[in-house]
Amino acid sequence: MKDLARAALDTAIARKASYADVRVMDIRQRYLSTKNGQPSQVRESRSFGLGIRVIADGAWGFAATDELSRAAIDATAAQAVDIARASALCKKEDVRLAPEGKIVDRWESHCEIDPFTVPVSACLDLLLKVDAEMRKVQGITLAETSMDFRRIDQLFLSSAGSEIHQLKTQTGAGFVASSFAGNEIQRRSYPNSFGGQHQIRGYELVEELDLLGHAPQIAEECVALLRAEQCPSGEKDIILGSSQVGLQIHESIGHPIELDRVLGTEANFAGMSFLTLEKLGTLKYASPLVNVVADATVAHGPGLGTFAYDDEGVPAQSTPIIRDGLFAGYLTSRETAAAINQPRSNGTMRAEAWNRIPLIRMTNVSLLPGKGKLADLIASTDDGIYMETNRSWSIDDRRYNFQFGTEIGWEIKGGKKTRMLKNPSYGGITTEFWNSCDAICAPEEWTLWGTPNCGKGQPMQTMGTGHGASPARFRNVKVGVAYSE
Amino acid sequence: MLNRQRAEDVFRKVLKWSTADETEAMVGSTVYSLTRFANNTIHQNVAEEGSYLSVRAVVEQRTARATTNKFDENSIREACERALVLARLQPPDPDLLPMPGPQTYRSLDRFDEETARLSPQARAETVRTVIARAEKDHLTAAGVFSSGASVTALFNSRGLRAFHEETTSEFSVTMLDSSSSGWAKKTSHHWSELEPEALGDRAARKAIESREPREVPPGKYTVILEPAAVLDLLGFLFMDFGGLAVHEKRSCLTGRVGSKVFADNINVRDDVYHPMQGGPPFDGEGAPRKRVALVEKGVVTHLVYSRQTARKVGAKATGHGFPLPNEVGEAPMNIVFAGGKSSLEQMVSSTERGLLVTRLWYIREVDPYQKILTGMTRDGTFWVENGEARYGVRNFRFNQSVIEMLRQVEMMTPPQRTAGEESFEMVVPAMKVREFNLSSLTKF
Repeated sequence: MKDLARAALDTAIARKASYADVRVMDIRQRYLSTKNGQPSQVRESRSFGLGIRVIADGAWGFAATDELSRAAIDATAAQAVDIARASALCKKEDVRLAPEGKIVDRWESHCEIDPFTVPVSACLDLLLKVDAEMRKVQGITLAETSMDFRRIDQLFLSSAGSEIHQLKTQTGAGFVASSFAGNEIQRRSYPNSFGGQHQIRGYELVEELDLLGHAPQIAEECVALLRAEQCPSGEKDIILGSSQVGLQIHESIGHPIELDRVLGTEANFAGMSFLTLEKLGTLKYASPLVNVVADATVAHGPGLGTFAYDDEGVPAQSTPIIRDGLFAGYLTSRETAAAINQPRSNGTMRAEAWNRIPLIRMTNVSLLPGKGKLADLIASTDDGIYMETNRSWSIDDRRYNFQFGTEIGWEIKGGKKTRMLKNPSYGGITTEFWNSCDAICAPEEWTLWGTPNCGKGQPMQTMGTGHGASPARFRNVKVGVAYSE
Repeated sequence: MLNRQRAEDVFRKVLKWSTADETEAMVGSTVYSLTRFANNTIHQNVAEEGSYLSVRAVVEQRTARATTNKFDENSIREACERALVLARLQPPDPDLLPMPGPQTYRSLDRFDEETARLSPQARAETVRTVIARAEKDHLTAAGVFSSGASVTALFNSRGLRAFHEETTSEFSVTMLDSSSSGWAKKTSHHWSELEPEALGDRAARKAIESREPREVPPGKYTVILEPAAVLDLLGFLFMDFGGLAVHEKRSCLTGRVGSKVFADNINVRDDVYHPMQGGPPFDGEGAPRKRVALVEKGVVTHLVYSRQTARKVGAKATGHGFPLPNEVGEAPMNIVFAGGKSSLEQMVSSTERGLLVTRLWYIREVDPYQKILTGMTRDGTFWVENGEARYGVRNFRFNQSVIEMLRQVEMMTPPQRTAGEESFEMVVPAMKVREFNLSSLTKF
């Protein structure tokens, strides 16, 4: 494949492209799911193709094909240059890229048990047992389970001489119990909504999740929600479970720090950002105990945003985003870094597949842990609500006004978790909310969650992102907002 | 791109390698190009060409699927073998039906050669005129202009042969001022129907007229929802019209089929043959799509059914199933809302106090049975008073039951083909709705 990739580069350069990079991607997926005691999806797919991105006449062009003959590759490279020349008809100035050195390397993500070697029958057997365990609980009307394995084999070549081969294995698994009665539907998921937990790991993740062991409790909670009291409306202190903190980070920190949004290139679809350039280094984003990093390095953990090099060939980095509450950094690309006169991209450009261009995407945008256990945090809360596992999520197109719902909540009174609450929701304005954070739990409560379904770009691309978080408390938050009249 | 003959050649190779009891092959290909602009310049410009073969094997009442994007002999053989291996590893599925035999389909002409071949230069020239419109009023334009073609073919070993080709094009534009924005979008099988300059002008006028937005307190208001806003709300309702969703009690229509759920003026059907609709005349198993009346005078009269669901619940299949195997079952994907005879201008002129909403954003389901949705207004929200749109206002978050909303519709325009960002395209009207719950404000 390297020869074909190099041929694509040679064709682009021969046609006067000033820069070109090529990604060849071979993406293999296995998806297994069950529903009410039967396998519901058992499928495998493989997608193998090449995309070439060029700058010609000072503007961008990109073309992709899955026909991997020499003639098709040449035609695709020529098409990319032709498209770039068309882009130049509407350019204001030439594209500038922050400098990046030549890299020749190979990297493979760590995987103890290759999920593609685990017999499908064993996976289905486990899922069907989990499914059966949920349905043992009276009142469960729908039991669903799933496993999702991906292997992404990617070769990157650039006209600057880089040759980077990366091989990533991704695993995800989880289950959902649903119960319908009267005039309501309640759901409980484990270990998270969005198909459970997802990481750059192997089947060992599935084993660690102990899906079977958690099925009875989750199913019982689902049915109990039908009888639970409605989450009250008003201002309360809230403690969010770590996966919900993860999604709160994703929506109200991860997206607004994308520099392409800030600079307006996502204005028509995903939107822009309130984090305009003068706020860098000056905005009090959060309370002083909040520290957030965007960390794609292996040292941060096996998150969906972990890699060795991004899709521009920039090495993985750890970038401070919020330092002691102060806004400290954006997610950048080579082009956007140059646009704000930063010396180098911090390496966040990723593409969903061979037929998509790389965009600025969250890597692992994580809240660094604080002190204490969740139990201690609850014990120190006089009047509040503990909320767990996301059910709905929405935020405006500049990332100020957000609203989240969770699957379950519990009232906290006098330092004790008391009655269960159904339909919990809360909302607010991003910086007000993060400035109300007064406690973040310790490293032992910290989990690197995977969000596999982050959408951005036109044509739409879905990307996995990582969010490390431990439970955290926020003071005087509007709760019950989704149901209040 | 594939043609019918090439797709049939691929299927012949599938049959050569498949040893399953029954074999189905979906064969498709796409050519697609998209020119993206922002800050009054083209900043992304992409093209792709790709194909797929998806083989479904059935063996001893078990089924599974394997997909590849390579059509060489080895890849086809491997896909056939993997589908069979995966099928064999499962317990038997008592609900699995034999594949359907040969079917007859109504031909739908949804292909335009010019759209399929539209050049990046032609797209760039069009974008340039819209950018010029922005610059005339010192605005900043962002948007997309896309065009492409796709082929979908479905074959099975019982003799079913289905083939559909279609072109698509889209122009979407956001015009930005320092304190406001406006948006417009259109899609068509024929790029010549997109009217990019008119869309640019409409978005520009919205941005200009909503400059320096004022703050109106949250509350329940009469709202005039332009078609894109209606579309994106309704998009969260129609998966609930699947027969399996009701059978499994995950639909908001559980216990409501046959009942009056909406007001008298709500009439909805699913109709792939409507001239403003798109898509093939067959479903994921090759069953011919039927027209289905979903809501008549506010009563939920019919659901849609795949073959499997139909047998399970004792109904007739309507040709709305997704490719097997799947969790969802079926859904109506060609919604046609009956609408009314009012114009948008009449809706505004008849409103004493209310809001005009251009589009909505980041809509999510808050409550699956009450069908409460939350989301934001975006890109042109106006205060209407004494029959006139007076000024732009800051954007709202809403928390609104769609079921309740469809009991409060005062006026509707005739329906039109509409594209939003949160849902598949539909033929829907603009609506004037009472008591719409705008629950909080944002900062712009």
